[in-house]
Amino acid sequence: MKKFINNVDNLLVESLSGFASAHSDLVTLHLEPTYLTRKNASKSTPKNKVAIISGGGSGHEPLHAGYIGFGMLDAACPGHVFTSPTPDQMLTAAEAVHADMGVLFIVKNYAGDVMNFEMAAEMLPFENATVLTSDDCAVINSTYTTGRRGVAGTMIIEKCVGSLAETGANLAACKALGDKVNQRTASIGVALTSCTVPAAGRPTFDIADTEIEMGVGIHGEPGRRRETMREADAIVNDCVDAILADFKARNIHLNSEALLLINGFGATPLMELYLIYNTAAKLFHNHGVKISRSLVGNYVTALDMAGTSITLCLLDDEIKQHWDSPVHTAALRWGM
Amino acid sequence: MKTAFILSASLAIHAAIVANESEIESLDRAIGDGDHYINMKRGTETVAGMYNELLPLPADEALNKIGIKLLSTIGGASGPLFASFFMGMAKVIKQNDGNNPLEIAAAFAAGVQNIMQRGKADLGEKTMLDVLIPVSTTFTLSAAESKNMAEICSAIKLAADSGLESTRNLIATKGRAAGLGERAIGHLDAGAKSCQVMVYAVCDLLIKGKN
Repeated sequence: MKKFINNVDNLLVESLSGFASAHSDLVTLHLEPTYLTRKNASKSTPKNKVAIISGGGSGHEPLHAGYIGFGMLDAACPGHVFTSPTPDQMLTAAEAVHADMGVLFIVKNYAGDVMNFEMAAEMLPFENATVLTSDDCAVINSTYTTGRRGVAGTMIIEKCVGSLAETGANLAACKALGDKVNQRTASIGVALTSCTVPAAGRPTFDIADTEIEMGVGIHGEPGRRRETMREADAIVNDCVDAILADFKARNIHLNSEALLLINGFGATPLMELYLIYNTAAKLFHNHGVKISRSLVGNYVTALDMAGTSITLCLLDDEIKQHWDSPVHTAALRWGM
Repeated sequence: MKTAFILSASLAIHAAIVANESEIESLDRAIGDGDHYINMKRGTETVAGMYNELLPLPADEALNKIGIKLLSTIGGASGPLFASFFMGMAKVIKQNDGNNPLEIAAAFAAGVQNIMQRGKADLGEKTMLDVLIPVSTTFTLSAAESKNMAEICSAIKLAADSGLESTRNLIATKGRAAGLGERAIGHLDAGAKSCQVMVYAVCDLLIKGKN
């Protein structure tokens, strides 16, 4: 393992401290328990807003702390690398940012995240709701009762729900929009290499130079199947087919505008991500999907894994409005 | 049940988890995401470090404190699950004091029941419950037959072994391996392994104490 680390036990706090200091105009870091809020949350949070809180294991940066700020999250709770945060983090964060209109948790559908947020929600002394994100269409078999995983589509949900919350919409409306965006979003990931969890010190899985992992999750957990490496277009074609098949299986019509997110897992250059965008956009277009919004870059990563995930979010007027609205966070900023 | 025993057990559990690092970690890397050992180590280390704080407390309060502490230190799925286990056990010990094997078995069963509820999981889903449920059943049955603690522990160890082995040919329907489908077949579950290791550590402590 070759990484920029001083002491593996201090990696997370040193990284979060750097993040908070680099973006001191936007966020404040709180320790023991660990959570981040918008800068001066209690003073600047308007009193007519649902508090939007997310969290999850670290190693997916900029998710979630990079999305704290106007138009997205009020607070984020980072866990250890690839490990869910704990209920005390969520409770303290909620206490810090809630503004009398309730708290909405945005949680990726992984067993650990679900259980920890569930316990926090049970203990929380005020109104709250949860949007479970489950955009990963690699997990196909419905008998796998843990269900679809929440992956890169989560940031689209955070953007749209965060935008709606700024308008003063109530908790039920924010949750409804989150659920709708989740339902209209599908993602699939493909890994070229493993990632290395710093505390483990070696790659999570072994993969040959001639192989790819199709359907990989954002923790490097294995996916649908191991395949032979091919040229980019063939791989992208399979990913696009999986997404189209997923919408079809869920009876969701494709004849609308869409947002195409090409996400890097951490070690794939933008040059390759744009090549993937080029192919994916054409393929979707051939199937009648009009790509009218796009995002290409490292938005939901898996440490140092090489690979990409392709996410398609089918837009309607409401989703489009909340995607386009002004946002000012460390990792996403436009319109202001 | 004596607090001093709970604390000796927690030290033995921590030592056993650390001694089995490479096996637990390689199982988790095969069908999980590589963080299970680190989380187990962090949790057992934290509890071991609470020795002086817990020693003066009654057993039920010590168990409950362990649960609350684990909830805020382990994270992941293991945090809420083990926290639920200790809190469930504490509730029963508060009522029955855990003065004999049958009462302790009842407390253990309540803990396992809490894990099932929190994780919405049952036997046969390739999780820690594939070890804990048979262990709990065996504990209750052998305690009811008024066997001595050493005999009960030997029976429990066998149940833990066969429970662990049963995960090998299962498809995971809960936990991080649930997306793998048939690819999970042939691998032992890492959570089941760490539970078998912990059950062994406590049983060996009891067997040693009786001899």
